[in-house]
Amino acid sequence: MLEIKNLHARIAEDGTEIIRGLNLTVKAGEIAAIMGPNGSGKSTLSYILSGRQDYEVTEGDILYNGESILELDPAERASKGIFLAFQYPLEIPGVATMQFLKVAMNEQRKARGEAELTTPDFIRRVKEAAEKLKIDQAMLRRPLNVGFSGGEKKRAEILQMALLEPKLCILDETDSGLDIDALKIVADGVNALKSPDRATIVITHYQRLLDYIVPDTVHVLYKGQIIRSGDKALALELEENGYADIIGEAA
Amino acid sequence: MNMQTTSRLTAAETALVEAFGAQIGELPGNGAVIGTRDRLLDELKKAGLPTRRIEAWHYTDLKNLLRSVPDVTLVSAIDAIAPLVEGSKVLSILQGTADAKAAVDGIDIALFKDRLADGSAAAGLTALDKDDAIGRINGSFVRDGYAITVPANTELEAPIELQALHAAGQVHTRFPVSFGAASKATIIERHRSVTEDAALVSSISDITLEDGADITWIILQTQGAADTHLGQIRVQLGTDAKLRLFVINAGGKLVRQELRIDVAGEGAELTLRGVNLLGAESHTDVTLVLGHNVPNTNSTEIIRNVVFDRANGVFQGMIRVAPDAQKTDAKMSCNTLLLTDDGGFSAKPELEIFADDVVCGHGATVADIESSHLFYLMARGVPENKARAMLVNAFVAEIVEELEEEKLVEALEGVISAWLEKHA
Repeated sequence: MLEIKNLHARIAEDGTEIIRGLNLTVKAGEIAAIMGPNGSGKSTLSYILSGRQDYEVTEGDILYNGESILELDPAERASKGIFLAFQYPLEIPGVATMQFLKVAMNEQRKARGEAELTTPDFIRRVKEAAEKLKIDQAMLRRPLNVGFSGGEKKRAEILQMALLEPKLCILDETDSGLDIDALKIVADGVNALKSPDRATIVITHYQRLLDYIVPDTVHVLYKGQIIRSGDKALALELEENGYADIIGEAA
Repeated sequence: MNMQTTSRLTAAETALVEAFGAQIGELPGNGAVIGTRDRLLDELKKAGLPTRRIEAWHYTDLKNLLRSVPDVTLVSAIDAIAPLVEGSKVLSILQGTADAKAAVDGIDIALFKDRLADGSAAAGLTALDKDDAIGRINGSFVRDGYAITVPANTELEAPIELQALHAAGQVHTRFPVSFGAASKATIIERHRSVTEDAALVSSISDITLEDGADITWIILQTQGAADTHLGQIRVQLGTDAKLRLFVINAGGKLVRQELRIDVAGEGAELTLRGVNLLGAESHTDVTLVLGHNVPNTNSTEIIRNVVFDRANGVFQGMIRVAPDAQKTDAKMSCNTLLLTDDGGFSAKPELEIFADDVVCGHGATVADIESSHLFYLMARGVPENKARAMLVNAFVAEIVEELEEEKLVEALEGVISAWLEKHA
């Protein structure tokens, strides 16, 4: 489903290279974990996959279902099914949450040539998804993410993911700032979306999240490259020994 | 060399003087009113329209910007339109003429032309200071309007809409409104053109809030693309009075809205909000002169501006805190979304504080749309142009939502999104 080939990318503003020859393949149905120490390029990778313009790809390619997505803007990528759950979801005052959800869902449907949702259908979907994630209706009446706690923001991200039904989900440090109960709710939300035609990339710092979202593959990102890949056992090994050994081997 | 020769009048100044001459004997007013009109016109003739050399007009050089003045047209076939908010009581003023049959249960309404005729309006016609060009123009030419008194302890359920519609020509209106003690009301002062031909509009609202009055006053200016709108609101707040004043500019070619506010009663509270939607080649100026003149009063002022095309905007915000106005709390901010390289916005906040125990602050920002916000919306599949429109709308909608009255918020949001759809 996703094939990243020899990807090099830098910060557009100052030219700092962050991704330095990254290779990664994620198949449909797979949950891939990307782990790595601070500053290894994990969040940058998630932004580049979703098309943020602050980064420039200088070499290599990203193929999604066999086609390069480098020329697509974030909205086009989203309507093709790529979804990024932000590490720090933004507060956007003045944009009503419900209105935003409706516009996003309908714009994606429009881009795919599907009919727009009727208002009752839209409301029913939001209600159902919100209930599962224990998101209270009052939260949905507020402006987008404004005044939400850290945990509420993360749940709101998963709510958007559930409603938009993406094909490639990228979760950027979704566990950060969550207590254990909130973590379970979020993980259940992610697991509920698991299906043979959907791939998920879980970016995380700690093994903790992977107890709840069990990965098929684990990749260690360091200095902009995948330096080691394995299965769930690799995550446990990292938890036990830290990154030092693996980094040492790679160096 | 110290003899000042009378400077040559500009085309617009000449047209004003001629229009006055043409209306001698026609403008309503008794001897006192006529005397005041003559004096105001004479002052206008001597001083000329203000230029950038006058501090209060530094960013709006009226002499240069007002190139021509249309002829006076008194009659025009205009019909009143549906009120902004359903269920409002409409007091229409069409091409500058108020409706003699206008009435609202529970409040006193008089025609301003009758106040001119009997001379009771004479004292209020004077200019506020030597640079008050709007006061002079309006005082010279005003024909009509409504004088409204809301009795003490009256609570109006439905908003009152002062519906000022005009076609081309000149329109000069005045609205003295007095809110009795502990009264409660919402007034929508709506200025709107029904044609694309140029008009010159001047309008002054002179409002007094007695003790404990709780008032929402909305000024909605949606003049035509060739119109000049010179607005002024003079406000006096009594003890514990509360005023929410919202000024929305979404039209006009040359616009100046002056807000002259005297916080004169302890415990009084002013909430001023402004939304300026600026497009095409327009010039829009909001000038606030706010006096906190007694102890223990507070005010907040937030002005939000969106600039497209070759539009220019100005906000001058002067807050004066009198020597004995201790415990004044005033916060002012002016935020601009500048969405063009060809337009501009000038913000001039000024604090003059003569008391020592006060909290006063101001801030001004000018920015483009936050790129991280744009990315967030686009990452959810919202196309760029739509995402931008949502963010611009959000920037001003946030202010309007403070009004809380649902129907009013919806109506104003409708005005804003319609404007943005046309201009963005």
